[in-house]
Amino acid sequence: MTTTPAADGDELFALHTLRLNINGEQRRIQVHAWTTLLDMLREQLQLTGSKKGCDHGQCGACTVLLDGKRINSCLTLAVMHDGAELTTIEGVADGEALHPLQRAFIKHDAFQCGYCTPGQICSALAMAGENHAHSRADIREQMSGNLCRCGAYNNILDAIEDALPACRGELETSAPALGKRGSAA
Amino acid sequence: MSATVKPFSVPLEAPMGLPMDRVDGHAKVTGEAQYAADFHSADLTYGWVISSPIAHGRIVDIDARAALALPGVLLVLSHLNRPELASYDESYTDADAAEGSPFRPLYNDRILYSGQPVAMVVAKTLEQARMAAAQVHIEYRSEPHQTDLNAQLGQAHKAPAELPKPRGDVSAGLARSSAKVEVEYQTPAEHHNPMEPHASTVVMQPDGGLLIYDKTQGTQNCRTYLEQVFGLEPGSVRVVAHFVGGAFGSGLRPQYQLTLAVMAALKLNRSVRLALTRQQMFTFGYRPPTVQRLTLGSDADGKLQAVKHQAIAQTSRFEDFTEHLVEWSGMLYHCDSVELDYQLVPLDVFTPLDMRAPGATSGVFALECAMDELAYAAGICPLQLRLRNYTERNQNEDKPYSSKALRECYSEGAERFGWARRTPEPRSMRDGHELLGWGVATGVWEAMQQKASARVVLDGEGRLHVSSATTDIGTGTYTVLTQIAAAAMGVDSDAVHVLIGDSSLPTAPLQGGSFTISSVGSAVQQACTALQKQLLEAAQKIEDSPFADVSRDQVVFIDGRLRLKADPTKQLALSEIVRSSGSGQMQAQVDAEPDSKKREPYATASHSAVFVEVRVDEALGIVRVSRVVSAIAAGRVVNPKTARSQILGGVVWGIGMALQEETQMDHDLGRFMNHSFAEYHVPVHADMGEIEVIFVDEQDTIVNALGSKGVGEIGLVGVAAAIANAVYHATGKRIRQLPITLDKLL
Repeated sequence: MTTTPAADGDELFALHTLRLNINGEQRRIQVHAWTTLLDMLREQLQLTGSKKGCDHGQCGACTVLLDGKRINSCLTLAVMHDGAELTTIEGVADGEALHPLQRAFIKHDAFQCGYCTPGQICSALAMAGENHAHSRADIREQMSGNLCRCGAYNNILDAIEDALPACRGELETSAPALGKRGSAA
Repeated sequence: MSATVKPFSVPLEAPMGLPMDRVDGHAKVTGEAQYAADFHSADLTYGWVISSPIAHGRIVDIDARAALALPGVLLVLSHLNRPELASYDESYTDADAAEGSPFRPLYNDRILYSGQPVAMVVAKTLEQARMAAAQVHIEYRSEPHQTDLNAQLGQAHKAPAELPKPRGDVSAGLARSSAKVEVEYQTPAEHHNPMEPHASTVVMQPDGGLLIYDKTQGTQNCRTYLEQVFGLEPGSVRVVAHFVGGAFGSGLRPQYQLTLAVMAALKLNRSVRLALTRQQMFTFGYRPPTVQRLTLGSDADGKLQAVKHQAIAQTSRFEDFTEHLVEWSGMLYHCDSVELDYQLVPLDVFTPLDMRAPGATSGVFALECAMDELAYAAGICPLQLRLRNYTERNQNEDKPYSSKALRECYSEGAERFGWARRTPEPRSMRDGHELLGWGVATGVWEAMQQKASARVVLDGEGRLHVSSATTDIGTGTYTVLTQIAAAAMGVDSDAVHVLIGDSSLPTAPLQGGSFTISSVGSAVQQACTALQKQLLEAAQKIEDSPFADVSRDQVVFIDGRLRLKADPTKQLALSEIVRSSGSGQMQAQVDAEPDSKKREPYATASHSAVFVEVRVDEALGIVRVSRVVSAIAAGRVVNPKTARSQILGGVVWGIGMALQEETQMDHDLGRFMNHSFAEYHVPVHADMGEIEVIFVDEQDTIVNALGSKGVGEIGLVGVAAAIANAVYHATGKRIRQLPITLDKLL
């Protein structure tokens, strides 16, 4: 990471250059120290699939995969993640081919307004990799960081349960698959 | 799968009636769906709102010097330097306005409620705007405030709502009743809290016009409001909401972030985005707290002899917000002696706002809990009590229902739930350390239709473009309109392209009240019929046309073709007809209205029966809703998949209402305190149990041509009452104040 001081020498406004792999694409990005990972994605890169629902890590709408692990991107500063590998909702499908989880969400009508959906899908993807969800009750518990005000929970559960074997199979055959799919538009 | 979708006795024409996947599903699972705060512009700037910390008083001084000195800061906007705004209330009145003087953002120095926007910082980046907002020093002069409904009940005045006149003799009815209940129920303030915070991105157009991506349930409502408030040239404002991240009523009125973003854009002549924080989502409309007194009396058989429902709700000092709160008590059961009363207490708060099934959610909660109490007072099964008071007429209007399959809801719901195995005695059912409780309640909602317009355009490739200004707030409008158009036009659903959520499209009402499909769907259907007429005429003009001398009833539109009924080999592709007409496309636009003459003699409503199982940990007081069966009578269902999702969502809302949701006010500060998802609890994945949805067979030839009543609200009404009744059955404790938190049970 390199740092470029601001013209007036004020450290607050210094720019830091990060190298990030985002959805399989290597990027160089300049951020201020105070920019969250979520705001960097949304405002600087126009990767607006990750949503801001609370900005406090309480709703999960901003969930992305950071080095394969799910994280509330609103709760972390971009500058802390030089060299990291990120998967956002824009990188979950393999080009035009939807991920099994995305197909399952459509099949089970696992959303209504769609605003929490990117976070639900990213969270479920990472949960599959964690390998601690062995029952419907487990899935419910481990997905509880992702709120859905439309109340699509039971359909989300059905979708995740349906796609979990495919997610796990994929992880076994091509690990670490997450973060390597497609590229951002 | 926990859905019961039986074929209806008179099915809808396919692809209506089929559980089609959402046509916008791909956009929603890939992150391609763009919401109000997702649009970018090269000259974009960012706003940050400063909210009043006092509930009542005046702004004495605003010192913005420090903020303006910070890098990137472009503007500190307040009542001192805002653009000119309209002077009269009429200009601020919108399609969902309450009676009174609508709130005017940044209008003057007066503070009307805590959280009121008092200034806005605009900067080149979000972080700069946020930092600078902390550097704006505002001096206030506080005046005394009142925010406590319970402390101000004596200040209530009659609500400006037309209530059904009293009927019969309630005193005499009560005097001859052998079972009576007289109870008070209280419901708290609740906030809509859609996952998407309210946001507006105003993109300055080269010609000075405004293209606005807004979170709204009424693109044209917002456009008209802005034109009036800012005195803008008609046609210079376009409001777009292709995707709306939930709303539940919060987008029915233009919210202040829209007004502020436009002010800043006009002032700076630049594009502006303003997204509210989650905390600021608690600084406008909400479901009002209510205090409700129910007096019910029945004879020994449980027949209602008297119903009295008196409600007092909160409103603001500047508007009298009303909803249909008590009417339900005069129509849900047969009773010849009914008195309804509805009053409001003005407080130093913002005006309440329609929130999913407004009025019915709170009013039917109280009624259905009181009915449960009456059942116990009379020693009758709560389900039996409801059946004994069943009515085929709406006595408020003295009209029969156009259709009412509530009896089927009771019987099919009870069967699926296993209600017959219920032992009536409280605390009589148990599973290990958990007390089991089974409760039932009825739900009801109006089936309305509004004026709406739609346009259909058939192009030379055979694609049908359907458009209307209405929105899809997650309800499934895109998908259901696709199905309606495909069926009405006789084309494959893949050939239909629906364009909505844009104020420049044909006129549509607000998306609310469960009337979107009834209204806009009817318009789409009629537009297709009009286009078919044109297509037949065009087909007749084709040389050697096999359709030259045939009438409309001799042909069918099917599979994207016009076909002769008598000889199916005689057919023409619709695309071919369009191309032969010489123009690239053919189109029809209609303004659809409800058939008032047909509807007038009838009352129209959807109904539900909700059966709930709760499990209560006796030692800890924790309540879980383990099982719900919701049986719905809402006419014919255009898409059982998306309709089921609407009902599921309603049930989840009912769980939240019964057990978790309450926006708590600190009356010393006059401010909502739990303004975050950490403290305002909504249900999460782990709160869910099994939820089964049943759509009972209900045919309705009166309500509209589709026979479809809408399902956005009915799924919620009655759920909280069924849960509260189940909690009583489990514990023997009657909790009359929502939410039923564990402290009330221990």
